[in-house]
Amino acid sequence: MKIIRSIFRSRGGLHPRYHKDSAASPIENGPLPSRLSVCMSQHLGAPAKPLVAKGNSVARGQIIGESGGFISAPIHAPTSGKVVSIGEKPAFSGRPVTFIDIESDGEDKWVEGITPHSAWKELDGKKLIELIAGSGVVGMGGAGFPTHVKLSPPPAKPIDVLIINGAECEPYLTADHRLMVEDPDRIWSGIEIAKKILNVRRVVVAIEDNKPDAIKAMERVMAGTDAELVILKSEYPQGAEKQLIYSVTGRETPSGGLPMDVGALVENVATCAAIHDAIVEGRPLIDRITTVCGSLVKSPKNLRVRIGTAFSDLVDFCGGLSGAPAGKIICGGPMMGLAQSSLDASATKTTSGILLLERGEVEQFSSMPCISCGRCVQACPMSLMPCTLSELIEAENYDGAEVENVMDCIECGSCAHECTAHRPLVQHMRQAKAVITAQRRVKEAATKGGKQGV
Amino acid sequence: MTKALIDAALIVGGIGLFCGFVLSVASRFLGIKEDPRVETVAGLLPGVNCGACGYAGCLDYAKAIVLQGAKIMDCKPGGPDTARKIAEFMGVEAGVCERRVAIVLCGGDDTRARRKFLYNGVADCAAADLVGGGDKACGYGCLGFGSCARVCPVSAIEITGDRLAMVHPDICIGCGLCVAACPRHLIKLVPESRTIHVLCSSKERGPVVKKKCSVGCIGCSLCAKQTDAIKMDCALAIVDYDKPLDNEEVIAKCPQHTIIRRSGKKTEVAA
Repeated sequence: MKIIRSIFRSRGGLHPRYHKDSAASPIENGPLPSRLSVCMSQHLGAPAKPLVAKGNSVARGQIIGESGGFISAPIHAPTSGKVVSIGEKPAFSGRPVTFIDIESDGEDKWVEGITPHSAWKELDGKKLIELIAGSGVVGMGGAGFPTHVKLSPPPAKPIDVLIINGAECEPYLTADHRLMVEDPDRIWSGIEIAKKILNVRRVVVAIEDNKPDAIKAMERVMAGTDAELVILKSEYPQGAEKQLIYSVTGRETPSGGLPMDVGALVENVATCAAIHDAIVEGRPLIDRITTVCGSLVKSPKNLRVRIGTAFSDLVDFCGGLSGAPAGKIICGGPMMGLAQSSLDASATKTTSGILLLERGEVEQFSSMPCISCGRCVQACPMSLMPCTLSELIEAENYDGAEVENVMDCIECGSCAHECTAHRPLVQHMRQAKAVITAQRRVKEAATKGGKQGV
Repeated sequence: MTKALIDAALIVGGIGLFCGFVLSVASRFLGIKEDPRVETVAGLLPGVNCGACGYAGCLDYAKAIVLQGAKIMDCKPGGPDTARKIAEFMGVEAGVCERRVAIVLCGGDDTRARRKFLYNGVADCAAADLVGGGDKACGYGCLGFGSCARVCPVSAIEITGDRLAMVHPDICIGCGLCVAACPRHLIKLVPESRTIHVLCSSKERGPVVKKKCSVGCIGCSLCAKQTDAIKMDCALAIVDYDKPLDNEEVIAKCPQHTIIRRSGKKTEVAA
């Protein structure tokens, strides 16, 4: 094993206050509430199709939603019980999605037919990918891209380096950190499976230097292997896919391109652990590590949370609210997370944290005209010009924004964090990306159908 | 001195005469003759260049009418009057067409529909819709940030003080730009003569709707029982504008006052 300090430093970025207060609290098993709301769209791509009907009884780990397309993943029951309702509800993103509500019977009985494959080394890559697809493993870093799709890149794009993302640069969150400290063996086992599927030689585990205990733990399991451990400088957004690839290999992903265009593939540490569970233990993905933190929570914790657990149940499990006036509830971290209007939403495979802030910590301001200070340009890790883009988007000049590469924005929030005029830069980017994506879809449909676009 | 002036005048004048000659020869032999009717038809069209006919502006549509024999009643702002005038000029049948106007199928303004959080981001419906699904508790209702009003070429859409978009049918030219601009697809083009509308687009079940809005359709289907011009889709009554509907009963029967009659000049929201 080689331990390297990264020599490449991606441009832009910043140093927010990290607040990793829960870094020392060990992972606890989360609550088993009486009612779980399982979302059918926990991943990128087509939502899963419900396989059960109201009144059916389900067992823990039983498949309840089948994959809805090529880029999709199945959903499994997080506990045993009865299906009490199936219907649309707003998900954590605020959009209406189909939910399956399960009333727990308290027995938490596993479904029959869980087959561990401890001798996975004898299986071929195709079979392994099939097992991963069947277990509903998705990227647990945040986007939720189905792992089986990611692990089968087209033959025209050979992968020569597998990068394991243990950066966790987002402030407050410590879920991946604790997982690396407590469960490095599972992560390493998952990495070996991914390595076999992709048939790559070079494996790099990348961790930020503010997690020395995680580095030690991973060092222990990696001793004697030919993998590399890259220690990254702590910086936001170090854990973003394209920035991580640059920090580790020095390769720059082209504009509009994917990591596989430069022969790299990035998997999160939690995803690797889920791959291990799916193959070696035969267990589908029904829980994940989530950090419940923020000054408003009485005792912040890292929890092993079942998918479908309501945020309110998780907060109650952490001792409830401190009683101070509430400022903001965020699903995810403070930089890229989504603000919530209530605690009604439920945990999904991508819920890395729930952050509850007091009113005193949340600033409210109105946006002012750009003063052209250029701090956003300096902060942007993608070399964009957020100030120009925001002005173009404000004038609804989406074509101009597209020319200025708004589609390359990774929505990390560095620009808005730095903006002295408090401009809603990230929101502008998201708006433009949504509009341009919709326009492209219309254009595509028009060229396909041979008709004039509406 | 005088000689230089005369020389310069002669040279420049000579070049001018030569170029004029060349151009006149070129226009005689290479000129493209334009049908004079195109200009007349373009003059009959309203000239707002809204694009609702499917062509790039009024002149383009006029060319299509004269040269390609395009249908003459596609001009929505002009309506039947323009179609008749063009028909007279071109000597063709005008055909039957009715002016269409836009309507916002939501009646839940701030006094009637709940908002679930304080939104202080970009004042644009599409942007607000991306933040937690919009600040309106109802995921189907009008957000009231005026994305439709901004694209309207004739300023026919008013955002009321209680943040609800309202179309003034007497000003509306039926170009349909607002239909495309609304991220929640609430705006519909309907024949001008139709006055009874269901002002709700929420497909949620009754109890859920009642918690969020006092004028939302709860899917009781009392109206659908009165007439076959109203159809139920999930828990939402939808007017079928192809079938006649002039039944006061449906308005009286609606327990939520979702169904209204849009009378005269202004869209009236049920009180």
